[in-house]
Amino acid sequence: MALLNELAKKKEGLVNGHRLCPGCTHSVIMRQVLAAADTDKYEIVAAAATGCFEVSTGLYPYTSWNMSWIHNAFENAASTISGVEAMYKVWKKKGKTNKDIRFIAVASDGGTYDIGLQALSGAIERGHQFLYVCNDNNAYQNTGNQRSSATPFGANTTTSPNGTIKHGKEQPKKDIMSVLEGHHMQYIAQASPSNWRDLMDKVKKALDVNGPTYINVIEPCTTGWGFPAQDAIKIAQLAVDTCVWPIYEVVEGKVIINYKPKNKLPVEDYLKPQKRFAHLFKKGNEHLIEEYQKQVDRHWEWLLKREEAGIGY
Amino acid sequence: MSEKLLDWNEVLIGAAIKDPGNSKSYETGSWRVERPVWNPDTCIQCMFCWVYCPDSSILVDKDGKMSGIDYDHCKGCGICVEQCPSKPKSLTMLLESEVKGKSEEEIRKEVFSK
Amino acid sequence: MGRKVALTGNEAAAHAIRQINPDVVAAFPITPSTPIPQNVAQFIADGKMDTELVTVESEHSAMSACVGASAAGGRVMTATSANGYALMWEILYIASGARLPIVMAVAARALSGPLNIHGDHSDIMGGRDTGWIQLVSENSQEAYDNLIQAVKIAENKDVMTPALAAFDGFNISHSIEIWELEEDDKVKEFVGEYEPLLPLLNTDEPVTHGAWAPPDWYFEHRMNQLHGLLNAKDIVASVGKDFGKAFGRDYGLYEAYKMDDAEYVIVAMGSVCGTTKDVVDSLRENGVKAGLLKVRLFRPFPYQELSDVLSAAKAVAVLDRVSPAGAQGGPLFTEIRSALYDMSNRPPVINYSYGLGGRDTQPVHINSVYDSLKRIVETGKIEKQFDCLNLRGAWG
Repeated sequence: MALLNELAKKKEGLVNGHRLCPGCTHSVIMRQVLAAADTDKYEIVAAAATGCFEVSTGLYPYTSWNMSWIHNAFENAASTISGVEAMYKVWKKKGKTNKDIRFIAVASDGGTYDIGLQALSGAIERGHQFLYVCNDNNAYQNTGNQRSSATPFGANTTTSPNGTIKHGKEQPKKDIMSVLEGHHMQYIAQASPSNWRDLMDKVKKALDVNGPTYINVIEPCTTGWGFPAQDAIKIAQLAVDTCVWPIYEVVEGKVIINYKPKNKLPVEDYLKPQKRFAHLFKKGNEHLIEEYQKQVDRHWEWLLKREEAGIGY
Repeated sequence: MSEKLLDWNEVLIGAAIKDPGNSKSYETGSWRVERPVWNPDTCIQCMFCWVYCPDSSILVDKDGKMSGIDYDHCKGCGICVEQCPSKPKSLTMLLESEVKGKSEEEIRKEVFSK
Repeated sequence: MGRKVALTGNEAAAHAIRQINPDVVAAFPITPSTPIPQNVAQFIADGKMDTELVTVESEHSAMSACVGASAAGGRVMTATSANGYALMWEILYIASGARLPIVMAVAARALSGPLNIHGDHSDIMGGRDTGWIQLVSENSQEAYDNLIQAVKIAENKDVMTPALAAFDGFNISHSIEIWELEEDDKVKEFVGEYEPLLPLLNTDEPVTHGAWAPPDWYFEHRMNQLHGLLNAKDIVASVGKDFGKAFGRDYGLYEAYKMDDAEYVIVAMGSVCGTTKDVVDSLRENGVKAGLLKVRLFRPFPYQELSDVLSAAKAVAVLDRVSPAGAQGGPLFTEIRSALYDMSNRPPVINYSYGLGGRDTQPVHINSVYDSLKRIVETGKIEKQFDCLNLRGAWG
């Protein structure tokens, strides 16, 4: 990846004047994604699912997109980009364009893990060329922090609230990476905007695949998660350092862990600064933190074992 | 910032927008309560502020170097300050009310000469 | 010259799609329209067309991919029925709101529940306010002709609105009829090349499609969209005339069958019109001044033109191939009745539901409708404003 000074000279595909909350990492991620794209070599056309990011960057008569961009609905970013990509093949075939265009679909966890999962699965199976970026903010944030299948265990959301007898979400988070692995795509990865170089490397690799690729990115949400705006990147880093959000790749089925913290921090370090987990630190709820830690450890060890086994498909 | 409201027979078909990146004309700087102030003297030009800025508000010169802050759009989230790795930090947050009426030079002097 | 072929309605639609050779077809199988994407896939496999076929995993994705492909700059088509059409519903509004001239063949079918795979108009009538142009065909010939015309109508610069051409599931979709298949070149020449307005793929002029419109803007966009839809009425008429010049079969907004001096008039859409024409013929032989007003264009609804045609009728019966679903009558009835309201001497109008879920409608049933109209004229009284044809048990 080029030096940041080099990347900073590039024309930005996403510009400011958007209405995202101060400290929102949606735009941080997309700026990193678009900076990583090798736009000397190819151009990008993007589709977005309905969500915070979409409503904040495409608010008529304003657009923050300095590139061709389409929004269709909540659950169909993948099928929308399928149509765009199919049409690109036609223009190529008919000689109507000599451009190299690559496609990106962007959605959050609601539009990916839940309502958009079917469209995503279908588009991947059909083999369209597109990079699907999921900005996982752990809940339906655009409607005000309702739980999704990406909401982690114990998190307080407006539909998995903390109360006198229930204490946040009772189920663990869906392992979307494993769901996607079942599609046997060439490249899928998990990344964090805190580790921008790693994220950019992944985007570059993914966009060079002539087929579907997927990157799952943690998208700390100051409003929904309850932390001060300036801490957004710090929270992402803590997720990585606690192994709550391992950053890794699955290349043709083979797990490659891109970062192993020398000193794996306890999950409390990640949970404590976030209001959505505040109730876990109340007396009597210690077992919930233990359970959280257990879930994180189990997953991390499973990934380590898979990497060690080095088995692909 | 005021937009011209068009009649029904003047709007572009299908609510499409032909003016890419026109949200730049919408100045989100007015949302700010606190502002980051930059000290070029201690800045190491790591560009972390640029790569982490949600609002593309780190100004960049022709060499790709940090050259200031776009106060028209900076929402004052403070990520740049938090992530600034230089010692001492080359960015610091100040309340807007404290900097009212002062030039950038004056603010810098006040803050960084301490 | 075209040639006579004996093929089903679905095959008629598939041949139309082959000849139009759209850039992209995104479709999902559902009875009774399944043979359309099947035939298209075979045509592509045999090198008879070079459309990019996107074999989506649902109708929701079919319409979503159509929106993507159309916004990208393509001529795009699809086909569906019933629940598939219902699953597209959300995106039908988005396609029309984005002014994307997608063309869809619909083999009209009953909606669940209970599950029923047979013909009726529950799907297209349910979607009548999705902002699409709706053409309804009587037979395979019209299914073929309407689909070809729909492309020209939808893509007209003053319209730029998606269009569907529907024909009755099974009655038409699966019945072999003799119809005229035109020459490939002539059809290609008729539809011409598509010039997209704001293609996403023209990256030299980046465009944003699908920004959300706040209260300051939404109303204006909706009315701008309505204007395009309403413009379709004149374009349907002019394209119908051009089609007649090119292929010898003229089309208008409606077909007035023996309406010149008609006193007893049935208003209907779709395959039942064939049966009704037979009944009209035999009634005419017996000196009864029966007529049929076949509505071809349901959206935009040509209320002025239709009420003009009905002005001399003594009594009118509107046949709806759906349940009124709690309205005063079926959708065609309420439209027709509303159209007649401004006339000083409006005829009495009654309504029938018929043919739901593939229920047969035979000449005996149509005859009973004309009998009722005669009774209304003779007695000056309407016994039943709404009734059902061929339903077990008396309604109401």
